[in-house]
Amino acid sequence: MVQLDFAAVLVEWPALLRGLGLTAGLTALSTAGGLLLGVGCAWARSGGPRWLGLVAAGYVEVIRNTPFIVQLFFLFFGLPGLGVRLSPELASVLAMTINLGAYAGEILRAGIDATPRGQIEAARALALSEAQVFTRVVLPPALSRIWPAMVSQIIIVMLGSAVCGQISAAELSYQANLIHSRNFRAFEATIVATLLYLALAIALRRLLSWAGPRLLFGR
Amino acid sequence: MVDFSLWDIVRNLLLAARWTVLLSLTAFVGGGLVGLGLLIARIARWPGADRAVGAYVQVFQGTPLLMQLFLAYFGLALLGWNVSAWVAAALALTLYTSAFLCEIWRGCVLAIPKGQWEASASLALSLGEQLRHVIGPQALKIAVPPTVGFLVQVVKGTALASVIGFIELTKAGTMITNATFRPFTVYACVAALYFALCFPISLWSRRLERKLHRG
Repeated sequence: MVQLDFAAVLVEWPALLRGLGLTAGLTALSTAGGLLLGVGCAWARSGGPRWLGLVAAGYVEVIRNTPFIVQLFFLFFGLPGLGVRLSPELASVLAMTINLGAYAGEILRAGIDATPRGQIEAARALALSEAQVFTRVVLPPALSRIWPAMVSQIIIVMLGSAVCGQISAAELSYQANLIHSRNFRAFEATIVATLLYLALAIALRRLLSWAGPRLLFGR
Repeated sequence: MVDFSLWDIVRNLLLAARWTVLLSLTAFVGGGLVGLGLLIARIARWPGADRAVGAYVQVFQGTPLLMQLFLAYFGLALLGWNVSAWVAAALALTLYTSAFLCEIWRGCVLAIPKGQWEASASLALSLGEQLRHVIGPQALKIAVPPTVGFLVQVVKGTALASVIGFIELTKAGTMITNATFRPFTVYACVAALYFALCFPISLWSRRLERKLHRG
């Protein structure tokens, strides 16, 4: 008979809470960075200079067609070979930002492509500069159109951050591993961490769906 | 000290990449079958199936694949089965794939106009006949591009099996790094091999999508 002992895991709640906090922190930083990077990419591919558009397209394809764990290992284990040494947390944020940026750029581009031509022409006719046309006329409705897809992608990146424990960033999955290496309750520790991830994913979807229209693109 | 040429590294990675391909195909085929079963249970309105499958999909989409792999690995061991990393990885990835494919295909079935259901029902077709002759073929047409696109996610997902010790491309990369002390080269090669696997599938999926929209 299988005997489960969740109490042995739950008494370690301060460690789990710290892990949850770092996971949330990594996600917050990489969301901010990834959205900026994505906007830059989308701009480069829809209105920027041709060479920059090609660079952005190459970046998007490389990131979207390689696993996140390999990107993370490349940054953390590979870059020191070039003399660039990153802390686990910095490598994690950087990898998550770079990863989200590629997907965000692709998602945003779809929203930008759907902008009616007439709106851009109307904005130009009002003597707005190209930068103003992009940030005031094209971007907000594009963001609003694709926001649900963007929220899903941010959640995928948050869930992906579980891998960051593999380079010893002390996020949630790392703490769960640490707990079960102490009390040998591997299954229970993993279940608890998994449920915390699920709760975080649900909370994050609520938060972003609420915050997006208010903070990013008006209603 | 043994010297490793670039070819030694690439050759060993290529050998390991066979396992990435095999694991991807296993998860994709197995996940497709399970996903189809779940979808049919949902469409056929079996009592409780709609909520149960909905919850199943939500759990697999709302938790990290890495945790699912750990759960399969530790969970099967807890049940007293001493399973290899291969079995645990294949099981977790199959379930993960089934949840996503079920949801993707449900969207495709829902996209079929209601009139098609009503027309086929008025011809006295049973649910099985409706699915096989009327709804299935039409849903299949729109389902192919996103399904092929999801295959890329499956291939990338297999990289996580390295964490529970299954020796595929990523794990082989880690092992070769430990032997050669050339992480930059090795991980660049690993990434290049994944790219070589995934990029053609991405292009194929995009071409199918364009063809579909042209009609």
